[in-house]
Amino acid sequence: MATNIGQYTLRLDQSPSIIGSAAIGGKKEAEGPIGNMFDIVNYDAMFGQKSWELAESEMQHQAAQKVLDKCNLAPGDIQYLFAGDLLNQLVASHYGLRELGIPFFGLYGACSTMAESLILSAMLVEGGLAKKVMAITSSHFCSAERQFRFPLEYGGQRTPTSQWTATAAGACIVAECSQPPYVRAVTVGCIEDKDIKDLNNMGAAMAPAACTTIKRYFQDTLTGPDNYDLILTGDLGQVGSDLLIQLLQREGYDIKKKHADCGLILYDQRTQDVHAGGSGCGCAAAVLCSYIIPAIKEGKIKDMLFIATGALMSPVSVQQGQSIPCIAHLLHLSSTPNPKPQGGNL
Amino acid sequence: MELFWEYAKAFLVGGVICAIGQVLIDYTKLTPARILVIYVVTGVILGGLGLYQPLVDWAGGGASIPLTGWGNTIAKGTREAVAEKGIFGALSGGLTGSAAGVAAAIFFGFLIAVAFKPKNKEE
Amino acid sequence: METVTNRAYAQMVKKASPPSKSARNIPLAFLIGGAICTLGHAFIKLYTSRGVPEETAFPAASVTLVFLSALFTGLNVYDKLAKYGGAGTLVPITGFANAITAPALEFKTEGYVMGLGAKMFIIAGPVIVYGIAAGVAYGIIIYLFRLY
Repeated sequence: MATNIGQYTLRLDQSPSIIGSAAIGGKKEAEGPIGNMFDIVNYDAMFGQKSWELAESEMQHQAAQKVLDKCNLAPGDIQYLFAGDLLNQLVASHYGLRELGIPFFGLYGACSTMAESLILSAMLVEGGLAKKVMAITSSHFCSAERQFRFPLEYGGQRTPTSQWTATAAGACIVAECSQPPYVRAVTVGCIEDKDIKDLNNMGAAMAPAACTTIKRYFQDTLTGPDNYDLILTGDLGQVGSDLLIQLLQREGYDIKKKHADCGLILYDQRTQDVHAGGSGCGCAAAVLCSYIIPAIKEGKIKDMLFIATGALMSPVSVQQGQSIPCIAHLLHLSSTPNPKPQGGNL
Repeated sequence: MELFWEYAKAFLVGGVICAIGQVLIDYTKLTPARILVIYVVTGVILGGLGLYQPLVDWAGGGASIPLTGWGNTIAKGTREAVAEKGIFGALSGGLTGSAAGVAAAIFFGFLIAVAFKPKNKEE
Repeated sequence: METVTNRAYAQMVKKASPPSKSARNIPLAFLIGGAICTLGHAFIKLYTSRGVPEETAFPAASVTLVFLSALFTGLNVYDKLAKYGGAGTLVPITGFANAITAPALEFKTEGYVMGLGAKMFIIAGPVIVYGIAAGVAYGIIIYLFRLY
């Protein structure tokens, strides 16, 4: 059973495994640096559907189906499903996953949803409450733009700090300890708000939340950047990453050599005109599910921290002049499980 | 030569009016919608003060095509209507003056929206 | 987070955030905006040369640009020009037309009445509201002070 260490971190002593993952992407993602690692790509942004929202639902549906196929499982083998997206009332998830018939929890963590859903899945398995749990999230450039910003054909200029919402979906299945990657510890984030109001600079809004969660994890586990091969953030982008490194340095942790950001992995900043990098739930999900999880499985990455960050505002709150509260959730993923406790009364 | 100079004036004035807008976009937190509102209201004010029409007379399209030109049209139409109809002209004049542009935007916007499909940004 | 105050963080953000490329944006806005206005002027000349009185030729030229703007929006070309044009495409009447056509096109999936019809004005609406309001205010002022 899990152990609370420090104030915020939970060590999952049973070391649940991520037994499978699948990543779906669109055209821009397929043309990016990890394009060939996606399970499914579709150059048609509509994914054959009648609206962008239905396209995103279709992506989630395909992600769920693909990860089940890869693990040789049927929907009936999954006890719980955690899913979320950026759209109002989580319609992408609801409409995309309704046919699966799996007991369902909808989540809104904005771009932190991949970590949030994975944490909850791992907690259920760790606690012996379920044998197999699925976590899915997605984002779609077009559906996000029309909800949060402007219609697609609108002629506006994007600022240098703005990020590109990824058209991507990722799905994982978490099960009892059997194979790498193992989920060894999780730190659930708190909502942080440093009074950033610029909707075009999400990286800056989210960096403090990432700093706090990472700092708490290090303090609770008495570890530091040197203990990990990779500290991967979800979508801080160029600006957010710079700020995170500065903020953590002030706390006495230098993560510069170990840090990478999914928003800067998914796209080539120089050639794909994404300004400060990729963003959206699908960004972190796609990078994790296509590239990172296989790398841990193959032992190329031994120990890493995955921190997905989310900006928790709405178009209404922004118009009302409110600042952008953010959150960051952390998982310690490893190619080796937690050491079994010596003796004891299990 | 006369013709070239006429076009040059239009280019110059139009360009400067737009460049000012770009300064607003780059250096202030003003959103595009707010900038457009500022331009049209400025046009009404300058038009009302009689300061904008001379610019239109001098630069033609360079002054009439930017949104300030539309504000000027609103002011001009209002002034004429008030002179003709008294206080009621305050209500009828502005829209009447700019009716063609607004109706065109609505009508062509509608037509194009019906005929085409929105496409993903191919970037 | 206890250590960094909001104000100190705002300073850090400012330093870390690349500014807009004004050295590129402002000249481009000047050039593209100037070109669009010159095109409008060419239409004015075209119409007056065909015998249209000047007071009709001016709005007719604007209407022509509105049509072209709406067309290019539908053809998925306008936003590519606007990316470089910035204020150069926004400030002329073309910006207004694009701001009406783009949402009408985008929200068609929500139907012709509540989607296309209602959402047509979500960006350009304020321009109409404040333009008309300013005009009415002006009209009341000149009537009261007999300035017409």
